[in-house]
Formats: sequence, structure tokens, C-alpha cells
Amino acid sequence: MRRFILIAVPYLWLVALFLIPFVIVLKISLSDVALARPPYFPQLDLSAGWEGLTSFFSALDFENFWFLTTDDLYWKAYLSSLQIALTSTVMTLLVGYPIAYAMARAAPEWRPTLLMLVILPFWTSFLIRVYAWMGILSNEGLLNQFLLWLGVINEPLTILNTNIAVYIGIVYTYLPFMILPIYSALERMDDSLLEAAEDLGCSRLSAFWLVTVPLSKNGIIAGCFLVFIPTIGEFVIPSLLGGSGTLMIGKVLWEEFFSNRDWPVASAVAVILLLILVIPIILFQRNEQKQREAEG
Amino acid sequence: MTQHVFAPWNDPGEKPLIQFRNVTKRFGDFTAIDDLTQDIYEKEFFALLGPSGCGKTTMMRMLAGFERPSSGQIFIAGQDMARIPPNKRAVNMMFQSYALFPHLSVWDNIAFGLKREGKDKDIIAARVEEMLRLTRLTKFAKRKPHQISGGQRQRVALARSLAKAPKLLLLDEPLGALDKKLRQDTQFELMDIQEKTGTTFVIVTHDQEEAMTVASRVAVMDEGRIIQVATPAQIYEAPNSVYVADFIGDVNIISGRAKPTGDKVVTQWAEGQPDIIGTTTTEFDPGQEIHFAIRPEKVAISTEEPQDAANKLQGKVLDIAYLGNISTYHVELPTGHVIKAQTANTRRLSRRQITWEDPVWISFTDTAGVLLER
Repeated sequence: MRRFILIAVPYLWLVALFLIPFVIVLKISLSDVALARPPYFPQLDLSAGWEGLTSFFSALDFENFWFLTTDDLYWKAYLSSLQIALTSTVMTLLVGYPIAYAMARAAPEWRPTLLMLVILPFWTSFLIRVYAWMGILSNEGLLNQFLLWLGVINEPLTILNTNIAVYIGIVYTYLPFMILPIYSALERMDDSLLEAAEDLGCSRLSAFWLVTVPLSKNGIIAGCFLVFIPTIGEFVIPSLLGGSGTLMIGKVLWEEFFSNRDWPVASAVAVILLLILVIPIILFQRNEQKQREAEG
Repeated sequence: MTQHVFAPWNDPGEKPLIQFRNVTKRFGDFTAIDDLTQDIYEKEFFALLGPSGCGKTTMMRMLAGFERPSSGQIFIAGQDMARIPPNKRAVNMMFQSYALFPHLSVWDNIAFGLKREGKDKDIIAARVEEMLRLTRLTKFAKRKPHQISGGQRQRVALARSLAKAPKLLLLDEPLGALDKKLRQDTQFELMDIQEKTGTTFVIVTHDQEEAMTVASRVAVMDEGRIIQVATPAQIYEAPNSVYVADFIGDVNIISGRAKPTGDKVVTQWAEGQPDIIGTTTTEFDPGQEIHFAIRPEKVAISTEEPQDAANKLQGKVLDIAYLGNISTYHVELPTGHVIKAQTANTRRLSRRQITWEDPVWISFTDTAGVLLER
């Protein structure tokens, strides 16, 4: 009985906060748009009994999903989101790995401070930090003024409202999610492994590729998923830092909901997005599980 | 045919494999190795023995190339090692933690060093199989390090360090993590493998029994210096100082003043007690402070006064430690000195003659102990 309760708690949580909302969104995605409040049809009328139930279900259809395939805006937005998420995950890895490596190699008394510095940005609002980047990247922004002062450039660079600004924003925002799992993998590594590799004929560099990288593989995989999964659906960064050319599914979703007030199509977009995300989430879970098994 | 005794250190024509020349190593203001000069010969099983912090690990890490001497030179096979990084040395090390690569199988761990040499696949495979057979690991070749026992991991580490057929193998506390029974078995296995491969072994240990068992020569170290280098038997029976006598095994030390009489030296050590007669080859000045060291197993204990003993003293039993195979008696002399005497329990169920508080005689011959200056 106690075991049942213990298992029931997380499942109740999942049902209440994931399954029920998902069913609601799914239902809306199968409905038709209507000028009403709420702006979709049909509504479930339980007072009509069995007849109400059957008429409700017969009114549901996959029309909205079909609609998504007719307009190439949607699949282009999905593809471009995937591409932006993939590119920025790789960039975050390239920036994050050296930082995590340096942190793990730092003197033990410095590590808590460095860890603190990585987590520190979370203490201010995410929105404020993205707005701050607008101040840095705009034509009259700090970066351009600095480069002009240095004399590296003669006229300001256009960075804000381009994909470059989006990449900068994503890398900046999600960097801690990349650094922390890699750092924890590297920190656990025994230094004598590197000495053993050198002793057996490796140069420093090949010891890094043959020992350090494979041993931090799980950290790299975890970090990549932690960046990739939220980036696909990212809305705030592309809408604040990106331009009209930045096509991301999060932005499309927002426009369907709030500009077009087409809740059913917006819901269909969300359901597809979720289906796309299920694959990497399952892969992520499997990686975590494998790691736990390996650690025994 | 005469039995050849392995003792290259006594042969002036023999060229040493390893030469330490006035090597000093400092970490900040701490001196780990203090002006050390030592030769180690080919095919030796050389043990560095000492308490933690005595510099034995630093010496080994300098041989592997992980540390550089602050001053002085190290030669391996006549070549100065100062500028040679660890990956370019014909030296392999077996790490205390074993340092097995957790992401590689036993097979790949052993092949790791061979693959770095860029050798042919078939040659690598043959060599790995040979190492697996030598260390009796063939069955476990496909397992990962976390799927095998501590003793097996230790053998993988040994196989991996031997795979490249190094001129010199360094073993850093190799058996520290094993339990006693397994450790003893492995010690003999190590000696066996050393003999089969003909590799020079340098072993670091703080376990004197281990050093005595495996080594051809033992170097006893303290505070960055080698105090004595000798064969296990010499170290035990003829220590050159109280420090060595005390570090290796159990010992009774009686300090006093020397009184040379012909080929014998008499130690005057306490008012009203008979002087201790000992034999020595070193010259002592009359009245010089000396220390008489004698092992407990060389002290006899009896209830009646022994007739023909060079030295005999009277006391009473303070404590008895029964260890199964032997018993150690702690005998307190009237002067307050406590002398340990050991007897072998050669018979089962014999009634113990001597018990606590009994007045007893302890005795030993005039060659049983050694006389030490310091």
C-alpha cells in the first residue's frame, strides 16, 4: 500500500500537469475555429447525455493537421527551428566544453566560486537578460560602440534582428545547462587516468581525445539534450532578438494563438511540436538510464 | 654446477639500468627528495619502502616522467631523462588506483598502449592474448573494469603495464587494495611474472612484509633520503640504524655506553644490571653511546635460570600476546625496560608454563643482536 502511494504521487503529478493539459490541447486541435468564447467548436455538453457525447465526438476531425501540410509556412518553420536548435546546440557545446573543462581542472578551492558564477545569471529575470542583449547588440549598442572605438569597423554592424543575434541569445541563455552536466562528468574523472594514458604512449592531446572526451560523453549528451529540447520551441529569444526573417515554430504558434485567434490550428502546431520533441526526450531518458546502470 | 647468485650490485663491471645522481626534488619549501644517489640494475626487483611522505612515490613519479627533479640527473639505460616526456619513455607504471579506463573493455585496456605504437592489428591481438594468458584473464577479456573483482582489476592493470614490454616497470602500492590472503598470493604471482618477463621492477610500498617477500633489494627511506639499501635478509638481520631496525619488523632496543673488549663489545646500560655482550665488526670508542638491537624471536624465555647463555636477565611477565603460530611475551625488567621475547607454538594444546606476573629469565647469545651507532 505504501509503495502504491509512493508511486502514485509522481504519476498524479504527471496526470494533472501533463496528461490533462495535453488532452485539452489535443481536443482543441481537433475542433473547428468559431467566433465565440472560447473560440472553438464543439463544446462538450454533458447535460445532453449520450447524444451530446456522440455529437461531440462526431464533430472532431483532423482538418487542422491537414491544413498544416497545405501551407509550407509550417513545415518550413519546423525545419528552421530544428536547424536553429541544432546549430545553437553545437555552438553551446563548443563554448561550454572548454569552460566546463577549465572549471574541472581549476584548484578545488576555486570550484565552488566558479560554479556559483555559472549559476549567477539565473538570479535575474530571463527577460531582463534578453533585453540587455538588445542593448548590447543594437546598432548604437555597446558592442558596436566598442568596436568603432577600437577602430576595427567603420560603420556599425547589424547584428540585432538577425539570426546571429538569435544564436548569441540562445548560446548565452542555455550555456549553464551545457556546462553543468559536462562539469560534473569531468570533475568525477580520476586524474591518474590521464597519467596512465600518457604513460602508455599518448600525447596530451591524444589523451584528451581518447580518455577525457569518451569519459565526459554522458555529460555531453545530457547537456546537448538540455539545450536542444527547449530551444526548438523557444519563443522569447527569436521574437526579441530575431528579425522578420527568423522563422521559428514558437513564434508561429504565438501568432496563431494571439494574432489570428485560431486556437485549433495553434493547438495542432503544438501537438506536432510535442511529437517531434518526444523522440529526443526518449533518447535523453535512455542515456540517463544507461549512465545509471553503468555506475551500478 | 654452482648456483648463480643474482647480485649485480656487487659486480663492479655491471652497468646499472637506472642511475639517480644527486637528485633533489622540492615542492615549494618542502623537500621530497634530498640529494639522492642510487643505482638500480637490470632484472632487479627493487623495493622502495618507507612511511607515507618519505619521498618514495616522488622517486617513482620522477622515473615515470610525471615529475622533474629540481636538481640532479636521472639516467635510464645511460640516457639522461631530463627532457623526455612520459609518453616517450620505455617505462610503464602500474597505478595505485589501477587507473583502468572505465569506458574500455579489459581487452582494449591492455591493447591501449600497443595501439598507440601503431603496430599491426594481428601483432597487437597476439600480444594482448599473451598478456591475458599470463595474468589468467582470458575469460574476462570482453568485460568492462566495473564488472570484475578487485583482484582481477589489479591483474588487468599489471597486464596493461606489461603489454608494451617496458625496460622498467613501476608499481605504486600495487597490492594495497587487496585483502591479505589475495595479497600474499599475488606477491608470488608478481615475482613469477617478473622472472618470466625479465623486466626490471621498481615497487613502492609501505608494507615491509610485502617488500621483504618480493624484492631482491629493499631501500628503506625516510624524509627524502635512502637510509639503507640491502637484500631483505641483510636489512632484517643487519640493519645499519635504529630507524631501519625499528621500521622492519619488531625489535628491542637497549641504549647504553660501549666498552670494547677484544672482538666483543660490552654495553653498559643500567646500574646494577649485568652488561650486555655483543659482537660487531665496527669499531666503537670506549664510552660512546650505542644501541643494542635484538629481534624478539632471538630472545629465549624460561622459568629457570639458563646455564650457558652469554646474556641473561631477570624480569616478570607483563603481557602475553597469543598470535596462534607464535606467542610474544612482554617482560618487564627491574629497571622498567620492557623486552619482547617470542616463542613458536610448536605443539598444540600444550599447557602454558608461563603466565602473567610470573618471574622469568630471558636470555640470548652474544651474536643474536646488533650494535648500532645511531
